[in-house]
Amino acid sequence: MVSLARAADGRVGAAWRALEAVEDPEIPAVSIVDLGLIRSVEPSSDGTLEVKLSPTYVGCPATEVIRRSVEDALRRAQVGAFAVTPVLSPPWSSDWISAEGRRKLEMYGIVPPQRSTSSMRDVLRMNRPIGCPRCHSTDTECISEFGSTPCKALHRCRACLEPFEYFKCI
Amino acid sequence: MNAAARPIDSRQLFRYVLRLGDLSLVLAQRLGEWVGHAPALEEDLGLANVALDLIGQARLLLTYAGEIEGRGRGEDELAFLREHGEYLNATLVELPNGDFGRTIVRQVLVDAFQLELYERMTASSDERLAEIAAKAVKEIRYHLRYSGGWLVRLGDGTDESHARVQSALDSLWPYTVELFAEDELDRSMVEHGIAPRLSEVQAAWSTRIDPILAEATLTRPADRPHAWHGKRGQHSEHLGYMLAEMQYLQRAHPGARW
Repeated sequence: MVSLARAADGRVGAAWRALEAVEDPEIPAVSIVDLGLIRSVEPSSDGTLEVKLSPTYVGCPATEVIRRSVEDALRRAQVGAFAVTPVLSPPWSSDWISAEGRRKLEMYGIVPPQRSTSSMRDVLRMNRPIGCPRCHSTDTECISEFGSTPCKALHRCRACLEPFEYFKCI
Repeated sequence: MNAAARPIDSRQLFRYVLRLGDLSLVLAQRLGEWVGHAPALEEDLGLANVALDLIGQARLLLTYAGEIEGRGRGEDELAFLREHGEYLNATLVELPNGDFGRTIVRQVLVDAFQLELYERMTASSDERLAEIAAKAVKEIRYHLRYSGGWLVRLGDGTDESHARVQSALDSLWPYTVELFAEDELDRSMVEHGIAPRLSEVQAAWSTRIDPILAEATLTRPADRPHAWHGKRGQHSEHLGYMLAEMQYLQRAHPGARW
């Protein structure tokens, strides 16, 4: 679906290309399209381009910043009249992060999320080992359930002793 | 949940949504008091992040309440310009934090309540509430993972930490009865398929809480009839002081923004 939309010509294609260049303010390595935050880009009957945006966490302060960056990018790309609407349903899932997004997270030193469908049920039980992004040891421990942002937890590798962040599945 | 044919009275729905939103908002404000004071940086972050999620819930719910009311009040007017008697949160969340252990006990009790309530509310006949519930429930699982993990460590920790959390549990437990006390408003929501039966939520809550208490080597206190009516706007003396601090800026400088 997304790849079809991105291949589209004209305004919709131009909008997707502009959005692919918008970085997440907290994780500058990754674009908001790679994070799966853009639900759809569609022209409405009156010609307004409707852009639907999913918040990751309901209280995430980055949401407002992202919305403004999206509006700026669309204005710069001159896609004509547009409206950015937040959508709650279905709720954003870390499964929507693209393969490219996962690769960029990892390169940035953030362990990408485990697949949510099975592991969300495990959230209330305990941990599968999270591999260290540097030395790939699985001898790691969680030192804080919440890291620098709500979407990440802080872990430490017992093998190479480096701390690292894990993008929680949700 | 079967939606009845009779349409819901919008004043009732407004009050019910406020109950949900106020619970999140008041607890978020209490947790925010820990910022800069928690026992360790990790817990400062943990409590603040849970507070942030709760503020997110409160914003969605109060915005919706304002739309239902239809008098032009938005999330800010409802949060900052209502008197304490207009707040409809259950009393438990407005109680002072006490020590870290007491804060964690309260958090476990409320997290498990919200989890069981919102899991069921994803099937609500009210589409907006169903959407908010589906979003909230994912985050609440992480809240309970955090609070439950700490309760086990403290309960099954030293004699001192065990004694403190058992005492907090004994004193907070009676307030949980209010969470599940079904009144006319709650019953009307059940009739319209908007909210689950609180007796059903309570049974699931017990099943959720008991293993955590057992692992934490804590004794579950007996239920007693409750004497608190925060859900009707009759609050403890603590809420007024909390709101005075929370609302000060908007009252001193009406409409201030940044």
